[in-house]
Amino acid sequence: MAKAPDFEVQDIGDYLVTPPVMPDSMAHSQPFVAKKEHQEALGFPGELIDNWQEVAVAKLGELTKKYRGLQVYLDSCVKCGACTDKCHYFLGTGDPKNMPVARQDLLRKVYRRYYTLPGKYFPKLVGAEDLTEEVLDDWYKYYHQCSQCRRCSVYCPYGIDTAEVSMAAREIMDTVGKGQKYCNEIIGKVHTLGNNLGLPEKALAHTLEGLEEDVLEDDGVAVKFPLDVKGADVLLVTPSADFFAEPHIDGLIGYAKVFHQAGLSWTVSSHASEAANFGLFIGSYENMQKVALRIREAALELGVKRIVFGECGHAWRVGYSFLNTLAGPFDFLDSNYPVPQHIIEVTHDLLKQGRIKLDPEANDDKRVTFHDSCNVARASRMGSKAGGQFVLPREVIKAACNNFFDMRSDTIEEATFCCGGGGGLLTDDLIELRTKGALPRMQALKEVSDQHQITHMAAICAICKSQFSKVLPYYGFEMDQIISVHQLVGDALVMNTEH
Amino acid sequence: MTIEVNGKSLETDEEGYLADLNEWEPDVATVMAGIDDCELSDNHWEVINFLRDYYEEYQIAPAVRVLTKAIGKKLGKDKGSSKYLYELYPYGPAKQACKYAGLPKPTGCV
Repeated sequence: MAKAPDFEVQDIGDYLVTPPVMPDSMAHSQPFVAKKEHQEALGFPGELIDNWQEVAVAKLGELTKKYRGLQVYLDSCVKCGACTDKCHYFLGTGDPKNMPVARQDLLRKVYRRYYTLPGKYFPKLVGAEDLTEEVLDDWYKYYHQCSQCRRCSVYCPYGIDTAEVSMAAREIMDTVGKGQKYCNEIIGKVHTLGNNLGLPEKALAHTLEGLEEDVLEDDGVAVKFPLDVKGADVLLVTPSADFFAEPHIDGLIGYAKVFHQAGLSWTVSSHASEAANFGLFIGSYENMQKVALRIREAALELGVKRIVFGECGHAWRVGYSFLNTLAGPFDFLDSNYPVPQHIIEVTHDLLKQGRIKLDPEANDDKRVTFHDSCNVARASRMGSKAGGQFVLPREVIKAACNNFFDMRSDTIEEATFCCGGGGGLLTDDLIELRTKGALPRMQALKEVSDQHQITHMAAICAICKSQFSKVLPYYGFEMDQIISVHQLVGDALVMNTEH
Repeated sequence: MTIEVNGKSLETDEEGYLADLNEWEPDVATVMAGIDDCELSDNHWEVINFLRDYYEEYQIAPAVRVLTKAIGKKLGKDKGSSKYLYELYPYGPAKQACKYAGLPKPTGCV
């Protein structure tokens, strides 16, 4: 299976042992820098500009004024230490700069130096530092060792959100010409082709036709995968990985079967063939808005009544929390449905209304646990009740599968661990970080597997699915133990009955 | 970065993907495989050839499912699986095979 890595993978060991502090153990880890053309396509300088220091300091000042939360986060840390052992990257690497407080301090010390009175006059007394090349290097390394999962903020008595700090730092670096290749190349593809993969319309159409053939062959049912159908009721916006990768594509088949069986007319759009919005990861409001507007344009062009998001973690954060601000108002859609709606909500509603039926025995060969994706868990909601984002996916899984077992309570729901590849870090040049950062989740999975003979872990995020496919083998699991929630649904769905 | 193929020096990106797709020739795949200590069998070539044909028509690498289906048709149903493709290309069929075939690296949440 997967090739042996050229770094040491820690033994999975006992659950959540705080590692010894190993200064600079990840100081070598940094992603490839964006090329000139990737930078310029997003409106950023092609390479590090000559007066970067001056521009970066000015940008930091601008951001603390624009985002008051950021200023509060930079001002209010009291160094209590509650966050220090909460980050999966710290737990997996032992590098003290991966303690959330230390990560924040990389930006905080520069903020203090230039924007606080004591920092201007007595920098050494208040931990204020000049913005030097060394500091910029640390920013680039360690703000790309944060997956913006916000677990630390749950434990911070002040609610300081390291994700906001890391997004601001990345925006400052983009502004001075030091962007990250993975995120910026991808955002450029969305601006031109409509999705992260760079999948052109012709290839998308061909892939969807192939899926129709497969489902017909496997299930004997003519399930459609419509593309750019004007007048459809539902526009499905889903991560492009759902068209391309495994196990994602089995989730897409599940959504299509649900729509088919419930008699809902739906379509995918070639213009907005991506749910993901990496503008969030780089902290760029302008790019995030430009990506989000494609969804509005597609909805108007196709004349749909509803927008439904597929299984994508941060897309649901952007969709649930920001879509209306970025691309609204959506007063042209059917107001009887939430804008947007999550595919889990759709399936859950249909089950409650008895419009679809699941036969959980179809999944009796599986014993399943659920990985809460960070952006769904800590930055959004589903349904009408608080905590719905935890309840609804579990109810859907339990309806599709008789054998469900949760991982231990301090690793799920609000306390869930990141998969290790979120926040724009799902790239091969960060594979060591990704593997080590997955350790806490792997420990919890090992524990529940030992107790309940778990065979599969289900997820509702394209990044989580790709990340786990890659890192599970490093920890003694099989790559195909990660599956889509809607794969379970699709396999259990009773087709062609009266409804 | 560059690689030497038949006396020519070809430019690649940081991860070893060919900078200019038009510079590809079969020996590019052989040289790249050599760097990874991999010897290309006929079955490796089936994958590479399919990837190149598909890219020419669709300007993108095929979805994993499209690839497994096509290979299953050519080499027998038991070989039409991700598992088999990972045996051939342990770094991942979508990425390692694309590289040898001269295609750009698939991007996104994959």
